[in-house]
Amino acid sequence: MTALAAAAPVRFWQRSTLVRHLTLSVLGLIVLYFVTTSLDSFANLQFAQICYTAIATAGLTVLSGLSGQISLGHGAFVAVGAYTTALLLEHLDWPLVLVLLGSVVIGGALGSLVGVAAARLRGPYLAGATLALAVGLPSLADYHGLRDLLGGANGLIVTSDPPPLSLGESFPLERWQAWICGLCLVVTLFLLANLTRSRIGRDMRLVREDEQAAALSGVHVARTQIVTFGISAAFAGLAGGLFAIVNSLAAPGAFTLSLSLSLLTAAVLGGLGSLAGAVYGAVIVTLLPNWTADLAQQADLPRAIYANIPLVLYGLVLIVVIIAFPGGIQSGVRKLGALLKARFVRPLQTRQETRR
Amino acid sequence: MGRFLDLTLAGLTSGAVYSAVALALVLIWRSTRIVNFAQGGMLMITTFIAYTIVSHGGSYWLALIVAVLSGLVLGAVVERVLVRPVEKRSPLDAVVVTFGLLVLLQGVAGMLFGGTPRSYPPAFGIAGFKVGDRQLLFAPNDLWIVLVVLAVMVVLALVFRKTNLGLRMRASAFAPEVARLLGVRVGRMLTVGWALAAAVGAIAGVLVAPSTFVSPTAFDAVLVFGFTAAVIGGLDSPPGAVVGGLALGIVLSYVAGYLGSDIVTLASLVVLIGVLMLRPQGLFGSTKGRRV
Repeated sequence: MTALAAAAPVRFWQRSTLVRHLTLSVLGLIVLYFVTTSLDSFANLQFAQICYTAIATAGLTVLSGLSGQISLGHGAFVAVGAYTTALLLEHLDWPLVLVLLGSVVIGGALGSLVGVAAARLRGPYLAGATLALAVGLPSLADYHGLRDLLGGANGLIVTSDPPPLSLGESFPLERWQAWICGLCLVVTLFLLANLTRSRIGRDMRLVREDEQAAALSGVHVARTQIVTFGISAAFAGLAGGLFAIVNSLAAPGAFTLSLSLSLLTAAVLGGLGSLAGAVYGAVIVTLLPNWTADLAQQADLPRAIYANIPLVLYGLVLIVVIIAFPGGIQSGVRKLGALLKARFVRPLQTRQETRR
Repeated sequence: MGRFLDLTLAGLTSGAVYSAVALALVLIWRSTRIVNFAQGGMLMITTFIAYTIVSHGGSYWLALIVAVLSGLVLGAVVERVLVRPVEKRSPLDAVVVTFGLLVLLQGVAGMLFGGTPRSYPPAFGIAGFKVGDRQLLFAPNDLWIVLVVLAVMVVLALVFRKTNLGLRMRASAFAPEVARLLGVRVGRMLTVGWALAAAVGAIAGVLVAPSTFVSPTAFDAVLVFGFTAAVIGGLDSPPGAVVGGLALGIVLSYVAGYLGSDIVTLASLVVLIGVLMLRPQGLFGSTKGRRV
């Protein structure tokens, strides 16, 4: 009897995906509040950076992990989001929510366009096309027809509104930005988590596993791939908008190939296809350059060495993780969870059953 | 008209280099069904090795030979150590591993040589030939580049068609199981294929170095162009790679000349997508080259 009573809420909790995700989101917001209020300004800035990196990584992880399409050029969509935000703030002075929504829409629109091409490309072909996008797009900012609009190689300066006065005069800007980015991350994870459990999420997995089988069972393969690409790019656009606000800048130098690379590294390291993994990956990829910079300062390394440590580590991580630990961190976490469950929860259950 | 001719000749020269890079990609694709995204990084490293020799007073020719030899070694090592484990897995894994290698090589090069672009001496003069009163935008060094690429192509064709090694390599690429049953050491053939491809890439690196300068990221665009050229020609076809490279070089030269040099990479993306949409198997590729 006691066992039944204890099991009932768990069952309800497991039955409704929406309720579970809502609860997790609220918990996430509470954690967000306490973490940001206890951190200093610099740490809050890093927190904001982790959040927007995680948003872009989560989008990429849905694309590559669920629908099996790869993008080596997701940094290009981040760039589009950042420039959209910069232009909207500069010229139209819209409220922040609308500006960010604008970045989502434009990023998603460009993503869908690329997705139309992507739906006809496979594996290495798609990788090559997106690589070309990542290498080529930033140069557009310095194209002579667009230089006046996009600010050339120097980029655009972004001035966003200060924290609202109702929070108090001395409310730190970094904490306000951490709140915005954190809120966006929670919303992103909530939406993507529900998406992956929905019909379209199932279609994506089916398309990844076997396109012909998916088509035979009535899934519109090309449409699924285009929609996935669009969604993934839309979140990259959101990340770009937040990037522009947090760094007060949208410039071609910020959206090089190594940005696309760090997103891919985060997704692979965390575990392709897992949203939680996207967050772990983003944390590591964001903090890594800071750690190596600190380390280099202590060891008195020359600049050329320490500036390239992150690059070397990204490369090593991509190679080693794919060859030796294809599941990334998340599969490690899952294994650990299963191990703990087998060790502690199951003996408890069997004991209760024998008692009954 | 003069400008058009100049742009065409300049495009021919850069196109020859893209052809060489595309050739390297095609060699690897034919044998292992992998697009080597590390190609740009590998030829960057061999070019840096050549640069080190040149900057210490070594001759252009010594540097070129050492670059080719180090390419052979690098290609073989990469195939054995990194590619072997992911060969039979999903194409996504191979893409990520070779992309990882690209970055790893860029990072290592950055540590050793720093980010400043270094100039690389050309083999021959860079003042254009004179035809009557007019000075063409085509110099002895450009002629050298075109001739080398043609020579590489002829040598590769001879190796594949006329030698025992070439026969075994083709057998390993097209029917690995049958080849294995007939006593061909397929694994070894794949290693040789990667080594050859990396050596071709090394030649391309040294040829293009005088015009792009040498730095860890200088060859990103060369990789993109090489990939585009290979896709235009059909990833399966070595002659296609050469024709694709020349065509792309000329088209991009017009884009640079008439529209602006900033958007050349973007133009190559447009060409790439256009070709893939109209003819996914490329101009010379067999339809069987691509599933779905």
